[in-house]
Amino acid sequence: MGVNQLVVDGVSLSFGGVDALRDVSLTVRQGDIHAVIGPNGAGKTSLLNCTSGLYRPQAGSIAYHQADATTELTRTRPDRVAALGVARSFQNIELFRHLTVLDNLMLGRHTRMRHSLAAALAWFGPARRQELEHREVVEEIIDLLEIQLHRHAPVGALSYGIQKRVELGRALALEPGLLLLDEPMAGMNTEEKEDMARFVLDVNELKGVTCVLIEHDMDVVMDISDRVTVLNFGQVIGDGTPDEVSGSPAVIEAYLGSEAATEGVA
Amino acid sequence: MTPATGVFHRTYGSELRLRTTTAAQVRLVLAVVALVVAPFVITPYWMTVAIQVGIAAIGALGLNILTGFTGQISLGHGGFLAVGAYTSALLVTRLGLPTGVTVLAAIVVTAAVGALFGLPALRLKGLYLAIATLAAQQIILWVVRNTTWLTGGTGSVFVDYPTIAGFRFDNDFRWYWVVLACAAVATMVARNLFRVGIGRAFMAIRDQDIAAEAIGVNLTRYKVLAFAVSSGFAGLAGALTAHWTQIVTWERFTLSVSILYLAMIIVGGLSSIVGSLMGAAFMIIVPALLTQGAQSLEGSFLSRQLPAVELFVFGLVIVLFLIFEPRGLARMWQRTKDYLRLWPFRY
Repeated sequence: MGVNQLVVDGVSLSFGGVDALRDVSLTVRQGDIHAVIGPNGAGKTSLLNCTSGLYRPQAGSIAYHQADATTELTRTRPDRVAALGVARSFQNIELFRHLTVLDNLMLGRHTRMRHSLAAALAWFGPARRQELEHREVVEEIIDLLEIQLHRHAPVGALSYGIQKRVELGRALALEPGLLLLDEPMAGMNTEEKEDMARFVLDVNELKGVTCVLIEHDMDVVMDISDRVTVLNFGQVIGDGTPDEVSGSPAVIEAYLGSEAATEGVA
Repeated sequence: MTPATGVFHRTYGSELRLRTTTAAQVRLVLAVVALVVAPFVITPYWMTVAIQVGIAAIGALGLNILTGFTGQISLGHGGFLAVGAYTSALLVTRLGLPTGVTVLAAIVVTAAVGALFGLPALRLKGLYLAIATLAAQQIILWVVRNTTWLTGGTGSVFVDYPTIAGFRFDNDFRWYWVVLACAAVATMVARNLFRVGIGRAFMAIRDQDIAAEAIGVNLTRYKVLAFAVSSGFAGLAGALTAHWTQIVTWERFTLSVSILYLAMIIVGGLSSIVGSLMGAAFMIIVPALLTQGAQSLEGSFLSRQLPAVELFVFGLVIVLFLIFEPRGLARMWQRTKDYLRLWPFRY
């Protein structure tokens, strides 16, 4: 605990004339649930996309520290980032919709499988043994997320809440060291949000996975996160514990308007 | 996809088996018996058709791996068949290599050419990729028609029937077994591919390529691999065509052939192994039936307008499938199996 795991330093990203991120710096400590909040369009998802290698920021660095090595993520391909143990979910569910829940989760094991074309074509012992080994890991995740019923269902046919859970499961199947969750509770009712929050806490506590969480529901954020970073118009305007952040005038201004800030309403 | 009702497994291993019910095993035995008995009872005309079906099935499996399973549309399949046919035929006629070796070489060379023409897929999707693969088709045909040192400027290569281990494959009865064996191996290989991680990665790219990349699938490697594997199948089909017909001409591998193969996998069922086989059989047997019908009705409208009727039926079949059963013959077959399994109950 307490070791810096992800250090974002001075990251700037622009699309033409639009600055999505301007000199963003933040530090995620190992074992934390680190929330990133901010109004729509503040650059939260862009930040995750830079971290997982999907976007290349024009300036700055994102260092991912592991016990034995440090990797610069801004110069790493997305599939290499995943192989380092950085898994993510997407804001608008991006599952493999024609595949079953099981196959989706098995894809989470992709980086941990060895893929030999010859063995695959012939269905040799190693290919088969590997399928069985990884199946056991995947079954544990199915148990954890309570989706046993849907194991063989094509994900496209499942309800929204279950799909969100499957997407978390796919990320977990990677056995990540760092989990990037992009609005895992968006569009859910209170009960589903509670379930999802419980899963995130379980993963964080039982498996010791560091989580970066983008979320709009302030109650959830304040309840479960250890640290909070606030973005507005691509800039960091607040960073600290949930209490520190919710008392910060700049944050209140961004969320409630400048009048509220001067009156000291929190 | 969804497991059959009332079929339970006690181990993950038993779930991974291809045939888990008695009915499935009985069906396999029946199919094998039918395929073994067929050459002894069918007429020479239908023997030719059967061999064509076998070769087309190999090609259709290849295209389905690329287009159905990996989601990379290709209009270049005819071109890849040509690469296989010319490679094998030229290696026999120019270098005098044994046919078994040249067929293997054809698979490897076509896979390499396919991988090369698959490179645009790293940047292009959908319609744009269709145009890029169309370019592959045209480039390959241009090369075989216009490089005099390769094909003598006529685009044709003649090759004698092969003799393997003192056994001369010079009639359709013998070729039937060769093609059957090749098609059986191709089917097994394709089936195996989608039981493991590589096949899953292909399907992940089809469904959601960005998510596939974010979960660790190397898009470059797997897209190129899909093109290579698919073209390998085309190479085998092309090489078999060359040695069976004893002549390789570019007219056999035009754009309309690429479209015929797309029609096979649409009619058969995209991303279905058994669908590839059914689609190939369907698209070869229907014109064969029309031809037979035209011969027996000498002087009728059908026999006078056979080419036009064939085209019309070709179009009609595709339209009807797209409207009524977009998932093709494979889906109809699945429904039939379900019906029979549950009979006399509805569900």
